[in-house]
Amino acid sequence: MPPLMSVSTDFSSSLEEGRCTLRFSGSLTLLRIRKLSEQLEEVEADKLIVDLSEVERMDTVGAWLVHKLERDRGARITGASEEQQLLIDHVARADMPVKVKRDYESPLQRVVGEAGEAVITTGQTLYGLLGFFGALIISISNILRHPRRFRFNAVTQQFEVVGVRALAIIGLMSFLVGIVIAEQGAVQLRQFGAEIYTINLIGRSSVKELGVLMTAIMVAGRSGSAFAAQIGSMKLSEEVDAMRTIGVSPMEALVFPRVFATVLLMPVLGFYAAILAIIGGGIFCWISLDIPPITFVQRIREVVPMTDLWQTLIKAPVFGLIIAMAGCFQGLQVQGNAEEVGLRTTTAVVQGIFLVIVLDAFFAVFFTEVGWL
Amino acid sequence: MRREEPVIEVRGLKNSFGPQVVHDGLDLEVKRGEIFGVVGGSGTGKSVLMRSIIGLQTPDEGEVEVFGEPMIGRDEEEAKHVRRRWGVLFQGGALFSTLTVAENIQVPIREFYPGLDQELLDEIAAYKTAMSGLPGEAGAKYPSELSGGMRKRAGIARALALDPELLFLDEPTAGLDPIGAAAFDQLILELRDALGLTVFLITHDLDTLYAICDRIAVLADRKVVAIGTIPELLALDHEWIQEYFRGPRGRAAAQRETEGAHA
Repeated sequence: MPPLMSVSTDFSSSLEEGRCTLRFSGSLTLLRIRKLSEQLEEVEADKLIVDLSEVERMDTVGAWLVHKLERDRGARITGASEEQQLLIDHVARADMPVKVKRDYESPLQRVVGEAGEAVITTGQTLYGLLGFFGALIISISNILRHPRRFRFNAVTQQFEVVGVRALAIIGLMSFLVGIVIAEQGAVQLRQFGAEIYTINLIGRSSVKELGVLMTAIMVAGRSGSAFAAQIGSMKLSEEVDAMRTIGVSPMEALVFPRVFATVLLMPVLGFYAAILAIIGGGIFCWISLDIPPITFVQRIREVVPMTDLWQTLIKAPVFGLIIAMAGCFQGLQVQGNAEEVGLRTTTAVVQGIFLVIVLDAFFAVFFTEVGWL
Repeated sequence: MRREEPVIEVRGLKNSFGPQVVHDGLDLEVKRGEIFGVVGGSGTGKSVLMRSIIGLQTPDEGEVEVFGEPMIGRDEEEAKHVRRRWGVLFQGGALFSTLTVAENIQVPIREFYPGLDQELLDEIAAYKTAMSGLPGEAGAKYPSELSGGMRKRAGIARALALDPELLFLDEPTAGLDPIGAAAFDQLILELRDALGLTVFLITHDLDTLYAICDRIAVLADRKVVAIGTIPELLALDHEWIQEYFRGPRGRAAAQRETEGAHA
């Protein structure tokens, strides 16, 4: 009986006395591996002989394929050149159990796990922030006892970064917010013929709430994130550790100037934002509602009570403290890789803004109870 | 390709950053199948040389040929088929931090040979991982979960993903402990012998130079001042070379090497 022959583009197989010979030719490389492995699936014979004598090029993937035939189907290899045999042996030596996939977790397990982790992280963060606040107070008392440790240069630099450089953007934002409030208020109040109350709306909302709240959000986005990123990258490059070994406290050198500058500047920026919002609203009233500036200013003086300003000036430093602390705290939590810096920066901003708004709600209730309507 | 034809050929390379000239008229040839070491003091532009060859840095002047093909001024698509014939290990490993080791190894394969089925990809990643001397559980780990030495091995595994003919290594043993460094040298030798690689190796490690390099190029004064085997370099009367190889560390490395050969 003549031997059965079937020729494909990549290898020929011949059946002889119950033994199947696979004769590979050309190059046995990654480029052709997909087709080859599909075709090899179809070869069903058991006693395989792999003939490599016509193979010109073989890479590790080709060697892997041959090794698998040898391992799984007991193929015998013939015609391999010395180099090819070396390569096959090398690959065979690398054939050991290697875990390629992460362990499987069912979605339910993962969701529950993540929820649990989130709760734990939140608890740890709050606990950490509390500890951080304590450390900050200790460092403040240290600075008070040794005033020479007050870093004048660092503080002035933070004044500039947090305060002066933020003036333009906070001013513009507040000015526009003032216009928006005036515009929206006027449209509604016009229906009752009470356009003049637009001034009350602008004055009271800017001074009492919006000025300081918008400023807090802007400072959290601008400075809180910068604190986290700066301190985070210093942590990564071991600058913070170097500081500690030299005997410089990172709390005093890095955290205090930032917190101090933010706490001090928040009321200033908040007040500035309120004034700019009033100016924006005033211009809208002048142009759109024909209320002359003189009348506007007089009316503002009548309707905005002093307690509104006190509220802003009391809230602002607290907001500043929260934002700066969240930024510095998250920065100091960075460890591992650069990706962490990004994550921590985001967390710092989100945490800062969230806590500011929660506290603002508390303040609102408190001031109402106190009678500062 | 004929055996005598150089794998890398650099002629008249000039690189400068502003007023600072790093290379001026640098020539270099790397032959097929050799482990080619590059040494030089800090700031002599070893990494810049490597970056010029692999096309990450466009030189001011000069020609670079890899596998006989000019590399400078080629567009990305044309350069791609040359790129797939080499692998690069960067100093820190440069593994993609959001992918596991196995996924890192699969990135170049997916890029150049799309459509391979996942099972085969996993098998390839598995044997490449083992081939680079990583333990079995490392394949599923993220780079941040690995030690420095393991990260370098994973980097090698990724560099070898496409079965390159040419391997660039930038200070592969820097930051490894002596045992790890020796094992790494051994790995490079083994891979060269098994896969027929040509290796372009930047290093400061005198032990590596003695243990595995066939030829060494010395960078100084903005060019290659000497190329040769260590005995050939030692015979030269160049101040920096003498200081480098005859200094206390150089002597110690030489001694270890001869002792190793006798043992």
